[in-house]
Amino acid sequence: MDITFSDSDQAFRTEVRQFFAESYTDDLKQRLGSSATFSEAIIDWQKVLYQQGWIAPDWPAEYGGTGWSSAKKFIYETERAQAGVPDVLPFGLKMVGPVIYNFGTDEQKTKFLPAILNSDHWWCQGYSEPGAGSDLASLSTRAERDGDHYVVNGAKVWTSYAQYADWIFCLVRTSSDGKPQQGISFLLIDMTLPGISINPIIGIDNRHTLNEVVFDNVRVPVDGLIGEENKGWTYAKSLLAHERNAIAGVGDIKNGLSAIHEHAEKTMSAGQPLTRDPAFRARFSQIQIDVMALEYSELRTVAKSISGQGPGPESSLLKIRGTELQQRVQELMLYVAGNFAGAQTSDSIGNDFADRARVEYMYGRAATVYGGSNEIQKNIIAKAILGLG
Amino acid sequence: MNFDYSEEQTLIKDSVAKYLQNNYDFDTRKKIAASELGYSNEHWQQFAELGWLAIPFAEHLGGFGGNAIDDAIVMEELGKGLALEPYLACVIMFGGLLANGPDASRHEQDIAAIIDGSLQGAVAFTETQSRYELADVKTTASLSNGQYILNGEKVVVANGQAADKLIISARTAGEQSDTTGITLFYVDANAAGVSKTDYPMMDGHRVANITLTDVAVDSENIVGEVHHGYDNLARAIDRAIIATAAEALGIMEKLLHTTVAYTQTRKQFGVAIGSFQALQHRMVDMFINVEQTRSLLLRSACSNVAAHQASDPNTCEELLKQSKQDTLALKVMVAQVGKLVGDEALQMHGGIGMTDELDVGHYVKRLLRINTMFGDEDYSMQAFAKGSLG
Repeated sequence: MDITFSDSDQAFRTEVRQFFAESYTDDLKQRLGSSATFSEAIIDWQKVLYQQGWIAPDWPAEYGGTGWSSAKKFIYETERAQAGVPDVLPFGLKMVGPVIYNFGTDEQKTKFLPAILNSDHWWCQGYSEPGAGSDLASLSTRAERDGDHYVVNGAKVWTSYAQYADWIFCLVRTSSDGKPQQGISFLLIDMTLPGISINPIIGIDNRHTLNEVVFDNVRVPVDGLIGEENKGWTYAKSLLAHERNAIAGVGDIKNGLSAIHEHAEKTMSAGQPLTRDPAFRARFSQIQIDVMALEYSELRTVAKSISGQGPGPESSLLKIRGTELQQRVQELMLYVAGNFAGAQTSDSIGNDFADRARVEYMYGRAATVYGGSNEIQKNIIAKAILGLG
Repeated sequence: MNFDYSEEQTLIKDSVAKYLQNNYDFDTRKKIAASELGYSNEHWQQFAELGWLAIPFAEHLGGFGGNAIDDAIVMEELGKGLALEPYLACVIMFGGLLANGPDASRHEQDIAAIIDGSLQGAVAFTETQSRYELADVKTTASLSNGQYILNGEKVVVANGQAADKLIISARTAGEQSDTTGITLFYVDANAAGVSKTDYPMMDGHRVANITLTDVAVDSENIVGEVHHGYDNLARAIDRAIIATAAEALGIMEKLLHTTVAYTQTRKQFGVAIGSFQALQHRMVDMFINVEQTRSLLLRSACSNVAAHQASDPNTCEELLKQSKQDTLALKVMVAQVGKLVGDEALQMHGGIGMTDELDVGHYVKRLLRINTMFGDEDYSMQAFAKGSLG
């Protein structure tokens, strides 16, 4: 048993820390924090990462990734969260990118990978439908072959940031034969094609993140098909495992806890700082204890991956516990914000903690739903680990 | 970075597991629990023979030089087997206090006797009013003609019933709850003025209340330094917390597996009850919590080892602080998860889970008992909060 990082890993940690301190400027931080400037600012930040060569830690070096070891990736992720730096937009870099370099043609790789890396293309994800959520394979958006095109009809929903997207990767039904999973294809669609319309969905956080994307006789060139027709489910599944691994979010939880600690020191209750309050102390400590455990659960996965074992069904554990803890942090933020907790402003009252608490709490409810709801993850563990049929 | 056991550690783990599987079935355990001693001396001698009693001691003292991780490996397996033998009380705590102090060389002979299985020891540190507060010591030790005279009562002393030697915390200075002014005395259990009342606990382990009436102790029979016993004791308890957490983890794993297996064979409504999603999700919750406990155990054991390996005093102090927080976090989690896993195991076994005949309830009772040793959930949570919020 050896829980230490090597000297070169330690040196890397210093390098990463220094980079974030210098490059993640107050200006970026402020613009990323406001929903009016977010979409521009995140692209600016991703271009900084691209310049540094660190935009795609998970990608193989041959496709423009960093070629980092699992230990370095873990360190990078820890330092990113510690510095309060938001993660990159996942849709291109963490979702469709890996699908393209694993299953795409050379033409697709040449066409799409560079534009994902330098953030010229904004991607969105077309999986869920009004009638297909956890039971994703029941999706009914159809793509019918017509010469060199697929004609796509149907609707995708809960599509984050579709309003900014240049491209959408979609699961579409190309066959009704056999099991539902067998007739699904993975299709890349240009969002500017005629027949695509976007209906905004305002979330419970009052922001416009989500959308419905409707396809009405959209003619998509067949060179947008990934791999083979009717094999899309296999490609999508590989992506889901990837997605799950990325959402334990230990670093972000710890960052949230420091923000809470700092604010609770300044918040008075019954004439003393809230940090003296026994109920607060117990709540805060409980989350800390659980995240200390989660951090080592994640490290155990990292250690396995260093020794060449890929992520198995235990990534479901990280997803479940990680998202639960994220929500408990958000809940505690709202609790600490007290009277200000409902305030729908940050600028005019000088209490940006309360605004952050409200938005993060409301938007954060999605975490236990997306990426395969936590109940679905439990089904996976029951079957794959406990052997319960 | 890796969390794999070394070849030697795997051998130890397998050796303990196999021995208990072959020699310590549930009926055997029941008989041992009902005996006057509360554990089996025959098994204890086998433990000595197999080298397990030497594991935590330094090599120059005749041991294997094991650390908190090695303790945990043994204890996890003892937990799975629900063994009653006083490995924790005698080897890890009593032996640890003798061996890890500055005066270890004075105790060489006794340590050798622990290792060969001929000496039983116990640490007597709880009093009726102290609850979980180590510094709350009313037992007095006053100096008279070059001897200390001890008076007071220690309660719920693990292995007290069998101990030949006792390490007793007593106040030599200061007020009732001061951390300074506590001294650890090394006392013969048969000395004049020492009387014991022993009784069984719900987990089958025996303990004793020990009354001290004008017990005379020579001034050289002190473990560590006069007035400064508290830190030694606290450190020994930290290591004991990690060890009991490992035992609890072994028990939880056993209960999880037993429960999963039972729900696959028990049929109601014509199907195995394990096919019901309501039960599957509850077993998944058990699994997730057990894995989280294992993660925190690894964290605590590793940070305990790191703290004791540090040579620079400042680094050492910093690491000890971290390790203390890790250990308190672990103690909280073991209490919470122990309760969850125990209750769920009973619930999913239904009626049969209520019977004394089935081993499940006995595992649950050990988990409940572990929660009350060295500070329960609330006590540990408050101590943890003090460490992180001041």
